[in-house]
Amino acid sequence: MLDFIRKVFKSGGDHQATKPTIETAPLSDAQLQVVAKVEISLNPPQFAVGSGQSVGRQRDHNEDTLFCLTAVIADGQRDLPVGIFVVADGMGGHQHGEVASSAAARTMVEHMLTRIYPALFAMSGNGLEESIQEIMEAGVKEAHRAVVRMAPGGGTTLTAALVVGEQVTMAHVGDSRGYFIHPDGRTQVVTQDHSLVGRLQELGQINEKEAMNHPQRNVLYRALGQPEPFRPDINSFQFPTPGYLMLCSDGLWTMVPNQEIFRIVTSAKSLPEACNDLVAAANEAGGPDNISVVLVKYLH
Amino acid sequence: MDTQRMTQGLPQNSPSADRQLGSDSVLVNRYLIQEVIGVGGMGSVYRARDLHFPNVVKLVAVKEMIIQTRDPQVRETIVLNFEREANILATLHHPSIPRIFDYFSHDERSYLVLEFVNGKDLEDVLAQSDTPLPEDQVVRWGIELCDVLHYLHSHTPEPIIFRDMKPSNVMVNQEGHIVLVDFGIAKTFRVGQKGTMIGTEGYSPPEQYRGEATEQADVYALGATLHHLLTKRDPRIETPFTFNERPVRKLNPAVSAEVEAVVATAIQYSPQDRFPTAVAMKEALISAGTKTGILSRLSSSIVNVKKEETIKPIWTFETEDEIRGGPVFDNGLLYIGSYDHNMYALNATDGKFVWKFPTDGGIVTRPAFSEGLVLFGSEDGLLHAVTARTGKISWTYTTGGPVRCSPRVAEGHLFIGSDDGFMHAVNVLTCRRVWTYDTGGPVRSMPFVQGDNLYFGCEVGDVLCMDFRGGIRWRFKTKRGVSASPVFHKGAIYFTSLDGTLYAVDGKSGWAVWRFRMNKGSISTPCIVDNFVIAGSADGFIYCVDASSSKEIWRFKAEHQVSGSPIVHKDSVYCGAADGNLYCLEYRTGRLRWKFPTGGPITSSPTVYNDILYFGSADHILYALLV
Repeated sequence: MLDFIRKVFKSGGDHQATKPTIETAPLSDAQLQVVAKVEISLNPPQFAVGSGQSVGRQRDHNEDTLFCLTAVIADGQRDLPVGIFVVADGMGGHQHGEVASSAAARTMVEHMLTRIYPALFAMSGNGLEESIQEIMEAGVKEAHRAVVRMAPGGGTTLTAALVVGEQVTMAHVGDSRGYFIHPDGRTQVVTQDHSLVGRLQELGQINEKEAMNHPQRNVLYRALGQPEPFRPDINSFQFPTPGYLMLCSDGLWTMVPNQEIFRIVTSAKSLPEACNDLVAAANEAGGPDNISVVLVKYLH
Repeated sequence: MDTQRMTQGLPQNSPSADRQLGSDSVLVNRYLIQEVIGVGGMGSVYRARDLHFPNVVKLVAVKEMIIQTRDPQVRETIVLNFEREANILATLHHPSIPRIFDYFSHDERSYLVLEFVNGKDLEDVLAQSDTPLPEDQVVRWGIELCDVLHYLHSHTPEPIIFRDMKPSNVMVNQEGHIVLVDFGIAKTFRVGQKGTMIGTEGYSPPEQYRGEATEQADVYALGATLHHLLTKRDPRIETPFTFNERPVRKLNPAVSAEVEAVVATAIQYSPQDRFPTAVAMKEALISAGTKTGILSRLSSSIVNVKKEETIKPIWTFETEDEIRGGPVFDNGLLYIGSYDHNMYALNATDGKFVWKFPTDGGIVTRPAFSEGLVLFGSEDGLLHAVTARTGKISWTYTTGGPVRCSPRVAEGHLFIGSDDGFMHAVNVLTCRRVWTYDTGGPVRSMPFVQGDNLYFGCEVGDVLCMDFRGGIRWRFKTKRGVSASPVFHKGAIYFTSLDGTLYAVDGKSGWAVWRFRMNKGSISTPCIVDNFVIAGSADGFIYCVDASSSKEIWRFKAEHQVSGSPIVHKDSVYCGAADGNLYCLEYRTGRLRWKFPTGGPITSSPTVYNDILYFGSADHILYALLV
């Protein structure tokens, strides 16, 4: 009886002694990664980032501004990777377009940084004074004031992401876009275009064909620098892991379809290269506008 | 390419201040400029005195138009259009339309001299009011505006479509009557070019963007204006064409249904669904105004109860004192503690008594169930572990003060706070303390376990994130105590504080993601469904807030402080309040389905099992309702 039990529970040593010993050379991490496409565990968690920009093929100067910043502070107890990513697409002709997007992006970043800076380095382990959404909303207001001040008559879109660990908060005005790209092929737009034509389409007042040829197809009903009151969209999400966060101006998303974006991002060897390839694809398709893109991945 | 910036009529290279006419300057030797009374799309508006009438003070409004373009052809077209429109204005005679006295061009600009309206525009009136404007006032103005629109639409040889109806274009004079201003001389230039941006104003109907403007467009814009006045919600800030998401009475219950219906008809997206003429809208407004003058209006504090369906409980069980904590269900039995010192076990189906276990202090919290034991704290300072089957004591754990915190069991540990100021971690198998943590004040907030993190609040106002070994990961400070429990959802924890705020805090970093302000403190544990966070407050409201955007989805006014915590079952949310009512609302809209009265405040959250809702009240009774 005892034998039977031992056999069932394999507690005997004989079982192992009869096996021939076969040695195999262990595969290195790099070999495994290529074959298995499995993410390696990293500590501390951190961000990988790429960015790309081009004036495009038809414009004579660039009115987009992009910004990327990542930081990690880790001590084994509380590891905090932080990222700030911004894309702004200026409009208005003359010299106001790039002044507007630059003023907006810089002011927004300055506001976010100064508010989170003490919390990042505080010894007491206390967090922020305000909430992340309040910081972003105030940042957009400041950015708007800066545009009105420094580029009167000009306007710009603004799509900004503040990422703390796996928490992404996006502040958004205009028709630049934020995407979550998931490994199963879904490219999910997480911002809403503030385009008049888009809204008319939603309402069924015009169809897609009419939208493409509409005289006001480039008109935004909300942008920084406009004189009417407005409210930015502020939303918080969990970072898609595995997956990517992508911010881009309309110079990219109007020219490169979603499947192509997915293919480029997942087949490039690095994020900076992916951004380069995305920009090239937009130019290949005609490049009628400036192109800016930021790509982020959370590694853990 | 010349980009037209329609709503900011400033020349490219110099700020407007330099080129505004200064006070005391005299324009074309006739108009003494007194002060700037407005800045319009194409230039400034001044109050001036007409010096051709030296013996009286004749005040006029001088409207300036600065022409942007350098192209002489475009410039000439603009000036011609300006003159044409000025000529039309000169033929209009209506008490709500300011008279035009003069027009001319001077020094590269054009000017209109109009009757000066002494008053404020409705945008200012609205800004200076804390609340939406009174319904009867708005209806009266609406009737006057329909009247002037009708006058314009019946103009011969060509009807005039105003096309720019909005609060800032409607002034109220000293007699309380409205006057339309800004006949949109700049309207002809709203042509967008590539990359141009225009604010939509929010008051314009969809068809206006296709270049179609008819009488119905003015009807829409008037409806949008009335909507803004009655709700104080600026349509320019909202996504365009979303009026149907903001019905007037939802935002301002003081408005009558009749008036809401008139506004709703006017702002239909399809022109054929609106009033066909301004006259039709005027008649509808008069009819609504007459009706509401006769009917007594609903007071805003009354809840939108349709028919109060009488819900009867399946069974009830009476204890000898208040029931302040919630019940827990396991294996056909319901366990509930009472202030009468006893923990009761009842048959969940028929409420029959099975056993009771006496302690030396009131039980105010929900028990936990683990490994055949019912675990709960009592004001006698002990954590009791009682065998569920028999009701016999298995073991106890002593704390240094009354226990008013519900325990949480996870990973073989039991976590319970006490009024002794500590969070206690007890090994369920050995029944021994593993660690304690001193928070500095009573701990009444049931901890939430997610992964290897423990989250809980305390009366000192902190919310802590700890690991299972008793180390602090982070601490979040609020301004007053956190008695209710936090809830975890998608990477963040949500909780209310006595400081009147509902917080969303990132679980890893302890940084606040957003804060939602309620009017008074809260002891309500939120419940989460479909990315909505629902919680009650002592201000009498139950709030539903979107977890991603922190925007309020709806709020429901109960008749008293909402002291209980909500739960969701199927498509309803159930929550008790200090008025003794258990409210049942549709969780998507906040609409009241029914309310069930009890004899005392409800301070816990109900439990649902098998479509039976169980909850206790301070009237000593445990209720079981079929839902």
